[in-house]
Amino acid sequence: MNADDASSKATILLMGLRRGGKSSICKVVFHNMQPLDTLYLESTSNPTMEHFSTLIDLAVMELPGQLNYFEPNYDSERLFKSVGALVYVIDSQDEYMNALTNFAIIVEYAYKVNPDINIEVLIHKVDGLSEDFKVETQRDIMQRTGEELLELGLDGVQVSFYLTSIFDHSIYEAFSRIVQKLISELPFLENMLDNLVQHSKIEKCFLFDINSKIYVSTDSSPVDIVMYETCAEFVDVTIDLHDLYKIQNGPDARPNEASGAIARPQGEVKSVSALNNGVVIYLRQMIRGLALVALIRPDDTDVESCLTVVDYNVDIFKKGLEQVWAHARIEPSPSQAGRKS
Amino acid sequence: MSSNNNRKKLLLMGRSGSGKSSMRSIIFSNYSAFDTRRLGATIDVEHSHLRFLGNMTLNLWDCGGQDVFMENYFSQQKDHIFQMVQVLIHVFDVESQEVIKDIEIFTKALNQLKKYSPDAKIFVLLHKMDLVQRDKRQELFQIMMSKLQETSAAYGFPDLVGFSTSIWDESLYKAWSQIICSLIPNMATYQSNLKKLKAVMDAREIILFERATFLVICSSNTATGELLDPKRFEKISNIMKNFKQSSMKLKSSFKTLVLDNTIFVSELSPNMMCFIVLNKSESPQELVLENIKKVRVHFQ
Repeated sequence: MNADDASSKATILLMGLRRGGKSSICKVVFHNMQPLDTLYLESTSNPTMEHFSTLIDLAVMELPGQLNYFEPNYDSERLFKSVGALVYVIDSQDEYMNALTNFAIIVEYAYKVNPDINIEVLIHKVDGLSEDFKVETQRDIMQRTGEELLELGLDGVQVSFYLTSIFDHSIYEAFSRIVQKLISELPFLENMLDNLVQHSKIEKCFLFDINSKIYVSTDSSPVDIVMYETCAEFVDVTIDLHDLYKIQNGPDARPNEASGAIARPQGEVKSVSALNNGVVIYLRQMIRGLALVALIRPDDTDVESCLTVVDYNVDIFKKGLEQVWAHARIEPSPSQAGRKS
Repeated sequence: MSSNNNRKKLLLMGRSGSGKSSMRSIIFSNYSAFDTRRLGATIDVEHSHLRFLGNMTLNLWDCGGQDVFMENYFSQQKDHIFQMVQVLIHVFDVESQEVIKDIEIFTKALNQLKKYSPDAKIFVLLHKMDLVQRDKRQELFQIMMSKLQETSAAYGFPDLVGFSTSIWDESLYKAWSQIICSLIPNMATYQSNLKKLKAVMDAREIILFERATFLVICSSNTATGELLDPKRFEKISNIMKNFKQSSMKLKSSFKTLVLDNTIFVSELSPNMMCFIVLNKSESPQELVLENIKKVRVHFQ
């Protein structure tokens, strides 16, 4: 039972006042919905649970925001115990005072039940705010939450804040950081990626989940949002082009698995693009619906030999990944297989 | 005279708010569909001169569509506007309330064209199709086209070509590809060269794109029995253009892309890109790239 609890820690609880944008976040990040289509989403009235398998088995649970303040009862105790991260969504374009009071009450309860919980705050819908106003809002919200928590005697609680919007990459970036906190193997992964970067002329590399385009890990150099965007868009380009020319010559019902296996040894997607300033973008499919995307700067060496070294190193990296996760129980879910095959 | 022949005059007309400047900005100025919201109304005629495939210059006359300007085009400026026109692109807003008036202006334009440049090609675009329900689109397009066909035939332009377009999907690229292609003089050479290249490389398909706009120039397969997505050209235009934007973020432009060792995208000349899909993935990459390099001479 205990072991089971530990493995199901990767549950994210998505909360917030009503019309804060919780369902939209869910749909955009995990279902590839167009941001504009989320304008017409219905109000969520029941707690909904969705599962996503990436490197870890991730579950996102969305609680409706209608409950006037948070009422502790028996069920919520069990719920908070099983949760790894609490994500609270605050609508930055609305009056957020109520939201902050609500948030403080939730944090107080959650922290009492489960002191290990990661508490994350999304200052959401910042796309409509000017650059100055964003900073101002964030500062204000941080200060006020601090005061609320101090009043409740909880000044030691670690709370992270993210400025997000579903209309750009900020929501993916925020979710990447949140999910990363739930991956217990993260230090090894980062170390492996660091090694990879050191030995092949890679400037930056990300391990992406292909479906959702959140990154589960990156090397230890700081993340530049521009690099992240470029890499995420490269995943899109690769998958879109790959899907256009899937081999479908066989008369059998599911020809992809058969003929695809002949065409590509491990059935893995690989794509390389060279830019005019010498930078090379490199993508290789890894295990469990992940893909490694790297920006390579060959500098003065020629591109071919550089790529050969990278290929060799990535092979080793992939073997490493396979070994670390060889004993994991989770099978790739059908939703994840659907996008690729 | 020959230099004159390479200058093509395109008239972009339609009533106010139908999306003419948006199209122009997306296709020729690398705007994203979102960015076009910022565009203001066009005052009078906005000229843009675009070099296409090196030797061809497109003079795009984006004619502001407010009634004040429109009246002017058909009265004082008529000889200036309608002289030596190669192509008229008339845009219709599918959501327009005054369809009769839209068509009336179209007929006025046809009337002038008949007088001043009778060999002009006419294209009509039913724009903003994304606002119409999916199942009604085809029907609406049919009704509108039959009406327009009738009108244009009466003015001596029997072969009218029409597209339904939207800036939010790839249909825009399809329409503009075909419009621009109708202006390219040495299409037959490109076509035959491409056929040969396809045979040499044992490719499933080769597509030529213009480099700056990523419009399709021509492709090797015209009618093979393969089951490929019929909308793939437009989709590739769209995908590659997005990729071009994102490579801009690294302060560069992209040169080559190799996917699974079967799809090769590479520059062919300073103003062309080729998109090659091979039958099998075993051939070494260097060989393929060498082939592409060798073939460049024939597409200058």
